[in-house]
Amino acid sequence: MNKYMLYLDSKRCIGCHGCEVHCKTNKGLPVGPILCEISHDPLKAVRGVPRTEFRFRSCFHCEDPFCVPICPTKAMIKRDDGIVYIDQDKCVGCMACAGACPWNIPQMNPETGKAVKCDYCMDRLDIGLRPACVTKCTTHALKLVTMHEVTDSK
Amino acid sequence: MRKTVWSMCGMCSVRCPIRVEVENGEIKWIEGNPHLLGGALCAKGSAGPALVADDERPRQPLIRKAGRGAGQWEEVSWYAALDYIADKMKKIKEKHGAEAMMMSCRGGPFPDMFKSFLHGFGSPNFTNHDSGCGRNVHHASKSVYGLGRKGFIYDIKNAKHLVLFGRNILAALRIAEANQVMDMLENGGKLTYVDVRQSMTGIKATRFFQVRPGTDYAFLLGTIHGLIKKEAYDKEFIERYVSDFDKLVEFIEPYTPDWAAKECGVKVKGIKDFINEVAEDRPKVIFHPGWMLSRYRDSFYASRALHILNVLMGNIEVEGGQLLPKTPGDCGVKGLRTLGSMVSEKPTQERADQVGTKYTHFDKGPGLFHLFYKAMETGKPYPVKGLICYRHDPFNCFPDPQAQKRALDNCDLLVSIDTHYSEFGWYSDVILPESTYLERDSAIVAQKGNKPRFIKRNKALEPRLDTKPMWEIVKMLADRLGFGDNFPYNSIEELWKWQLEPTGVSLEDFDEKGYAELTDTPIPIDQEKLEKNIKTPSGKIEIISKVLTDAGLPSLKEYESPLKPPKGQFRLVFGRTAVHAHGHTINNPLLHELMPDNSVWINKRAASKLGIAEGDLVDVIAHDGTTGVIKAHVTDFIHAEAIYVVHGFGRQVPLQTRAYHSGMSDQKLQGGLLQDMDPAGGGLCLCESIVTVLRSSKNPKRRVEL
Ligand code: SF4
Ligand code: SF4
Ligand code: SF4
Repeated sequence: MNKYMLYLDSKRCIGCHGCEVHCKTNKGLPVGPILCEISHDPLKAVRGVPRTEFRFRSCFHCEDPFCVPICPTKAMIKRDDGIVYIDQDKCVGCMACAGACPWNIPQMNPETGKAVKCDYCMDRLDIGLRPACVTKCTTHALKLVTMHEVTDSK
Repeated sequence: MRKTVWSMCGMCSVRCPIRVEVENGEIKWIEGNPHLLGGALCAKGSAGPALVADDERPRQPLIRKAGRGAGQWEEVSWYAALDYIADKMKKIKEKHGAEAMMMSCRGGPFPDMFKSFLHGFGSPNFTNHDSGCGRNVHHASKSVYGLGRKGFIYDIKNAKHLVLFGRNILAALRIAEANQVMDMLENGGKLTYVDVRQSMTGIKATRFFQVRPGTDYAFLLGTIHGLIKKEAYDKEFIERYVSDFDKLVEFIEPYTPDWAAKECGVKVKGIKDFINEVAEDRPKVIFHPGWMLSRYRDSFYASRALHILNVLMGNIEVEGGQLLPKTPGDCGVKGLRTLGSMVSEKPTQERADQVGTKYTHFDKGPGLFHLFYKAMETGKPYPVKGLICYRHDPFNCFPDPQAQKRALDNCDLLVSIDTHYSEFGWYSDVILPESTYLERDSAIVAQKGNKPRFIKRNKALEPRLDTKPMWEIVKMLADRLGFGDNFPYNSIEELWKWQLEPTGVSLEDFDEKGYAELTDTPIPIDQEKLEKNIKTPSGKIEIISKVLTDAGLPSLKEYESPLKPPKGQFRLVFGRTAVHAHGHTINNPLLHELMPDNSVWINKRAASKLGIAEGDLVDVIAHDGTTGVIKAHVTDFIHAEAIYVVHGFGRQVPLQTRAYHSGMSDQKLQGGLLQDMDPAGGGLCLCESIVTVLRSSKNPKRRVEL
């Protein structure tokens, strides 16, 4: 079962797109790939106030990911804690994963010629830190949920 | 080994405290200071390393070798560039006197250094960008309390109701403040937002009024009327601290909420409900007095009305209201030593902008930049022949760059000191590239608040290009001009130690958290001490300001309805996004990727009359014929009399390939507004540009390929 989840408190999110850049700067990504995205629907008046809510999307780290089996070099890996990541040493940049993913989530890093995607900042998680997008969210709207927390709160 | 560097962000003027991790001369991590911001940073802050890596910024000093603006530069050494500037400055001094030199910056906590430089040279003409920004708010605050706009901090987090007039607080972003707003909302606080369009802030509001452009003052007068009639104000507070309240009661009589609703084009019931809410939430209601209010002809009076509403709330030095910022002195710590104290003889000449002489009601500190253009053109009160702009781009900040260029053509020396190419820099004679904020140290500054502190910027990296920090540039220039002794340091550590000497604080005190705390516990709120803090001539909060009266200006100004743009025409208004800091960041690779250009918001019905659909290119034509081409965003959520753009785009520096001609600039469509100053507030009226909008002939009709 997936251990982690990113949860956006959309009431607190101010659509500043900080998370998108926090992610890129942490991974040292050039112009091109954007691993997470803030989006919203057009404004709609609700009780006199034109409103919209923000959504955050990175990678779904699917229970049964299409991207993993398709990878010819076995670079796409699902860890025991559910994180789906790309082993950069094995990736050859064929982008079969992007084709297989229903949401086209893996992207080409033009600097390395390899695929990149959200890996929940596993290097940070593994040393007890939170992902870049969560740590630096401008309004602390983005949260890392660890599954035992959810069970606890029930 | 990774090391932590505590510093201050420099992507926008907020200067959030940051923590940077560096390894082998590379930035590995950058975040908001965990002690103050819990790690939070905005998009701009995270794009700092991309600024350092970017080559599309001045890489060494440049001296112009063809006509101004031609873009022909000679790459020179620092010595050559500084010698050149010093030489020109000496010549200007010989011929016209030291006062013919002026210097401008973008305000903030560091002006001591530049002001001391200019004063040391012998000129009083130090100024900043504020006549195109917050001067109206500042002067309004002074006229009511005798305190400037930094005289209060807002305890938003604990407020019950925050009222914002066009103050797009969640997009014109200060991270700590944005978090306070979100905390307040989470605690059940209300947010009322009034603007000509819906904004990022407005979508979080509990109440939203879309008003006719330029009618804020009417809305405010109606609110004051409603509150006074309901007697929903703090009588005790007013009795004790306020003078001429009766004049306000008399003045407000005709301005009923019904009248205001009609004038602003909003529902009466909405205004009345709002007034009832505010009356209930008192005193924990904050009417934000505005930030950038160089907008309409009555913005100064709108800001005064906002201050007056705060006074009615009795919210000063009250939890959830406006707090007086505490100083190092309140913690028993002496202030930092200033470089200003090294200037033995302060210049006594009249300022060239005539602030303090002709204009006695304006704050002499930075004066008013745009008035220097008059002096350049007319030679009155005396000629101004040289301008140094530090981190300030007047072409991006003030209206009508063409008119500015005409004035500047009377100057013998134009210098731009900046990390990036400013549009002014491109037109100037010398560009001195400052090191980016991640590659430079800065002087220590004091930050007031309920827990005052000293904080400093520490460089995380050695400069990658041939750039220098400001403290060194100033010193090297002063050395060449013969008053280097006024800058008693040879390294930044020497400067820091010299600044700290009287305070008893040591450099080690900054190591743990990146700042030196001057108190462990917040200094308590104490309304009893208010009296000694009100700095008006009468010592009271003045409804009728003596300073304004002496200048022959009304304190309570009768309302005048703003012009309704003729058919097919619109009022051009502008604002901010969280993604960019005005024109400074448009060329940043990562921020450009996020938002490469702006679009123009236009009301759906107005657009359909003009045959304009979402995404169409439109021509925006100013009255002088200047035209901008931009994509339309058609929406219900902007008033039909206005069009709106994000400010800072439409840049014309060819070496900024990403930003070059990307999007449309508002200030270039503000022809004729350069001297359109609010006579009472000193702010420019930047939303008084009426433009024509047409569907552009640039929209493709057919495709011709071969
Ligand atoms: S950084 Fe936080 S507040 Fe900003 S868009 Fe991302 S989730 Fe929303
Ligand atoms: S990349 Fe696509 S398929 Fe693979 S785990 Fe993420 S969302 Fe699922
Ligand atoms: S978890 Fe890490 S990799 Fe995934 S979107 Fe957030 S910052 Fe990017």
